[in-house]
Amino acid sequence: MTDWRAVRRLVPEVLGALVRRYGHFDACEDAVQEALVAATAQWPVQGWPENPRGWLVTVASRRLADQLRSDAARRRREEEAYAIRTPPPPAGGEVYRDLEARGRTGDDTLTLLFLCCHPALTPPSQVALTLRAVGGLSTAEIARAFLVPEATMAQRISRAKQRIKAAGASFDLPPPAEQAERLGVVLHVVYLVFNEGYTATSGAQLLRAELTAEAIRLARELHRLVPGDGEVAGLLGLLLLTDARRQARTAPDGSLVPLSEQDRTLWNTKAIAEGVALVTDTLSRGPIGPYQLQAAIAAVHDEAPTAEVTDWPQILALYTVLERVAPNPTVTLNRAVAVAKVQGPAAGLARLDALSADERISASHHLVSVRAHLLEMAADHDAARASYQEAARRTTSEPERRHLLTRAARLG
Amino acid sequence: MKYMLLIYGNEEAFSSVGAEAFAEILRATDALNQELFESGELVGAYGVADQVNAKMVRVTGGTPVVTDGPFAEAKEYLGSFTILDCDSLERALEIAARNPAARYWGVEVRPLMHEANVEP
Repeated sequence: MTDWRAVRRLVPEVLGALVRRYGHFDACEDAVQEALVAATAQWPVQGWPENPRGWLVTVASRRLADQLRSDAARRRREEEAYAIRTPPPPAGGEVYRDLEARGRTGDDTLTLLFLCCHPALTPPSQVALTLRAVGGLSTAEIARAFLVPEATMAQRISRAKQRIKAAGASFDLPPPAEQAERLGVVLHVVYLVFNEGYTATSGAQLLRAELTAEAIRLARELHRLVPGDGEVAGLLGLLLLTDARRQARTAPDGSLVPLSEQDRTLWNTKAIAEGVALVTDTLSRGPIGPYQLQAAIAAVHDEAPTAEVTDWPQILALYTVLERVAPNPTVTLNRAVAVAKVQGPAAGLARLDALSADERISASHHLVSVRAHLLEMAADHDAARASYQEAARRTTSEPERRHLLTRAARLG
Repeated sequence: MKYMLLIYGNEEAFSSVGAEAFAEILRATDALNQELFESGELVGAYGVADQVNAKMVRVTGGTPVVTDGPFAEAKEYLGSFTILDCDSLERALEIAARNPAARYWGVEVRPLMHEANVEP
């Protein structure tokens, strides 16, 4: 093992070992980060340890002991009251053996994911904490990926840990009755990590691409830990099938290329095959949830060799089920496109009129840009151009704005 | 998602509240910013120096030309701005409403390009 990505993958195990032994999730999390920093400084100079995991556990335990001892000393100075017991400094390797004896590394990753995605936290905090405690990314890396100052991200993470503590969360899997709901939050966080990496096409591009890779890795890990859950398989499939189109999604000048115009030879066939296999397997087992349905829709797109031969009736059927299982205006909007492809643009436009009254989406550029697209299909060029321009004014994504203005200009 | 809060005004608007009230506005703004820093939602908050310091840079025919102003005759100018990284537009509006400036001059809220939710 000589690459840092592999080292980062050890983080949940190392952190799990510490929290199990000492408690203090917040202090352990800091200690593991410090151990990682120490590793980055020492290993390239002094050589890689034979057992990187054991090294990290030992160093992190020492840091934790130092930290807790100095906290206690400070508290003694401040309060001159109690002597607070601190853990004894661990002997090298001891904790690692303990960890191996338990054989709970997988459980620990899952428990950590549940803890980082605690419902008391806001989604941005859940995402940041997950990337640090499970993904092993440093605060600086996370801050760069989200284009915020490091101090802002550090505060967000430290506040998140305080909230978890205040909520009285323990380092255990949630009770079985809560697990399904909590797993839903974990899946949403992984989805958000992916989206953050996938939708941005500017700035710290490389780091953002790393976010999509990290989201796929987390989804893969979840699928390994909970292989029987259809929605976990569905999410992994959805991410793979979406990420498979990445190379074709942007032109060399950075502008967006819509699905119908993408060079499909650039799609990643290996990722598509893996995603399709996941979807096929999970759909045959039921029950069916929104991630599986979205993955199935992505699979139908990815399996079409050209845009013209896309199986739109199949996509419409899937959106119809999705709208019933997880109704929301974005699904209705996407379904309107499928309706237009199957029954003609007039039928699709009629669906949009119903959405205009829904204030969750009536002001969004998505609605306007879909309207523009359907008007273009209906050959109503003047109205289509006006709608593209209106959508361009409303979007907050620069590449999308350029794309919409290009569409408007193409209509003369 | 990132949002920018903008406070516009002019000398008359800013001085009409009185020195004591102005100091209270600054104190309350600092407290709010500290709270937002602690929650990790504050990216940055800045007061903008007086417009007499403003310069305008224009490049004409490849040559940069720097001039003063040109805001002297403008009715309102930018007084301060804050950049937030928060959960939703609703949260940004809630924070804007808590800004003391909202009670006097109003706070403009603008989503930042690249940073709002986009469909995959």
